[in-house]
Amino acid sequence: MLTRREALFGPAAAAVLASTPVLANATASTAPAAAPVEIDRLPREKVTLVPPPFIHAHEQVASGGPKVVEFTLTIEEKPMVIDDDGTVLQAMTFNGSVPGPMMVVHQGDYVELTLVNPATNSMPHNIDFHAATGGLGGGALTLVNPGEQTVLRFKATRAGTFVYHCAPGGSMISWHVVCGMSGAIMVLPRDGLKDGEGKPLNYDRAYFVGENDFYIPRDKDGNFCTYDSPGDCYGDMSSVMRGLIPTHVVFNGAVGALTGENAMTASVGENVLIVHAQANRDTRPHLIGGHGDYVWEQGKFDNPPAKDLETWFVRGGSAGAALYRFRQPGLYAYVNHNLIEAVDLGATAHFKVEGKWDNDLMAQVAAPGPIPAA
Amino acid sequence: MLRFSKHPVALWASLAVPAALLIGELAIVAGALPAALPDNSGQQVATPPVVEMARQPGPYRSAGVFQRNGAVIDAPILQMNERESLSVTRDLVSLSDYMRCVRDNACAAPRVRTGANGDVPVTGVSFDDAQAYAQWLSAKTSAVWRLPTDREWVALAGSRFHDPALGVEGTASDPAQRWLAAYELANSGRNAIDAVPRARGSFGVNEFGIADLSGNVWEWTSTCFERTTLATNGVAIARTDNCGVRVVEGAHRTYISHFVRDARGGGCSVGAPPDNLGFRLVRDTPAFRPLGRLVNWWKGIGAGKKA
Repeated sequence: MLTRREALFGPAAAAVLASTPVLANATASTAPAAAPVEIDRLPREKVTLVPPPFIHAHEQVASGGPKVVEFTLTIEEKPMVIDDDGTVLQAMTFNGSVPGPMMVVHQGDYVELTLVNPATNSMPHNIDFHAATGGLGGGALTLVNPGEQTVLRFKATRAGTFVYHCAPGGSMISWHVVCGMSGAIMVLPRDGLKDGEGKPLNYDRAYFVGENDFYIPRDKDGNFCTYDSPGDCYGDMSSVMRGLIPTHVVFNGAVGALTGENAMTASVGENVLIVHAQANRDTRPHLIGGHGDYVWEQGKFDNPPAKDLETWFVRGGSAGAALYRFRQPGLYAYVNHNLIEAVDLGATAHFKVEGKWDNDLMAQVAAPGPIPAA
Repeated sequence: MLRFSKHPVALWASLAVPAALLIGELAIVAGALPAALPDNSGQQVATPPVVEMARQPGPYRSAGVFQRNGAVIDAPILQMNERESLSVTRDLVSLSDYMRCVRDNACAAPRVRTGANGDVPVTGVSFDDAQAYAQWLSAKTSAVWRLPTDREWVALAGSRFHDPALGVEGTASDPAQRWLAAYELANSGRNAIDAVPRARGSFGVNEFGIADLSGNVWEWTSTCFERTTLATNGVAIARTDNCGVRVVEGAHRTYISHFVRDARGGGCSVGAPPDNLGFRLVRDTPAFRPLGRLVNWWKGIGAGKKA
């Protein structure tokens, strides 16, 4: 009979063995023999990632030719509070945030990722980029045990928003993802976004909204369980996951993480790009009182954007992008328009929008009052 | 008065009403003299600690929504002159006390958050639940317990009352500025306190010795939601009320449907719902009730004369 530890580490150990020869290549990737000379001559840029919903500074239209863009993701296993009941998820994270940070490059650039798994962690991890080609999206080349790091380079050949996530083999894949290990990368066309008829589109602000479905086990009284480590909760959580009904559906890692003092902001007249990623489960973003002016529902910029959408559909395992120019000030709720998930499970964010009200677009013709006698 | 002296029959009839009230009250008081009644488990239900508070004249920020010139405005301030003392439970009603009512099949089970341990206030209760508990406690202690009105709550909260005035004049041509200001007000300081109910006493007492006001438990009042339209000169020209929605007080004033136990699921999409719903009670002092009713009856006569 397998012990829990063997059950946890068995498949991972097998994966390490299977990938050992490849890992050797990956280690040698900085050596001239493994890397084409052309890539070595490309300019390099080192980017410091920022926690979502913010996105690191970047050019919308590339000012030069392809380059190598260096990122570092440090994996951190840690308990995180996911609702205001104080429910704790033994989270697994890229860079300490759920979701992991968004990366932005241009089509034709090379992404060079250093993936660090500090010795303080307890499990092996890797990364699968949906934007990458071959090698299980990089997963086959990046499995690192605690105390190891690796460097992966892939060419960003397709323009769009793409999910990345941990995929360390077998049942570990879904578990690591629903414990927080996903994020997104945006590969912009070198000449920027277009409306489908060649007209350039640009944005004044961009936000990355990562949606997560969590499956927290409950005790016999119906209260959410707390565990000492990720491994301790694995068995119980697997049972909840099999039911396919999440206990929480949240934006940015916790109920209310993008509301109140952390609400997103904009001004009337600004174009705002909202990238919405869901690594595991379908979702349907909707901006209450607003629209999607231009929406790349599948997130891929070589397709013309849909216009004037009320709600858009983001397939589980993908990231979509919506561009909207705010026309009215006030408060907006940005929700998963399965309203049970939005209101009861947590999938609600807020936008605070400053500016001048447009009475032409909306007016209260008669304030509420008694119904006049007939 | 003049009218009564000219119509002796009416005078006697009018005196008979307070007399009957007085006798009825005395009977209730007499009935109340025996010891408190036990609950189903046979334990006596004790009277909770009460703070006797002298009420001072002072300003009161009206509850409800006020409109003028087609726009929502800050509610007007009324000058209050009530001087009767107020008997209010020092603490929020506790979970353990409330559960005795549940075990007596007189109250519905609360929806308490995970993680609320120890001598915590009852939370996850609706207005209806609070009413049921007040009735049960009244029966068990032979006193009259009820929810405070919003005016009473504001008086007993003293410095713990959070004035909902935004200081932003709404205009019909730009309603959004008040929405933004209200959102800021409701969210200010919220992240400093988590939502899990804490042991009673954790939020200290106010200047009257009343505990845990405006912490992370909001309190039901008996005041109905009202919408008032004011003329430019400030006179109310239209009013509608909805007693399906009651005023809830705490770190911000809000309005919640009577059946809601968890405001997080009962608010609108962009509001800042209360963390928890609980309550405290006021006790009507039996000795003063006949007099109070007499006074009210007399005031009613006065109002009738004006009309």
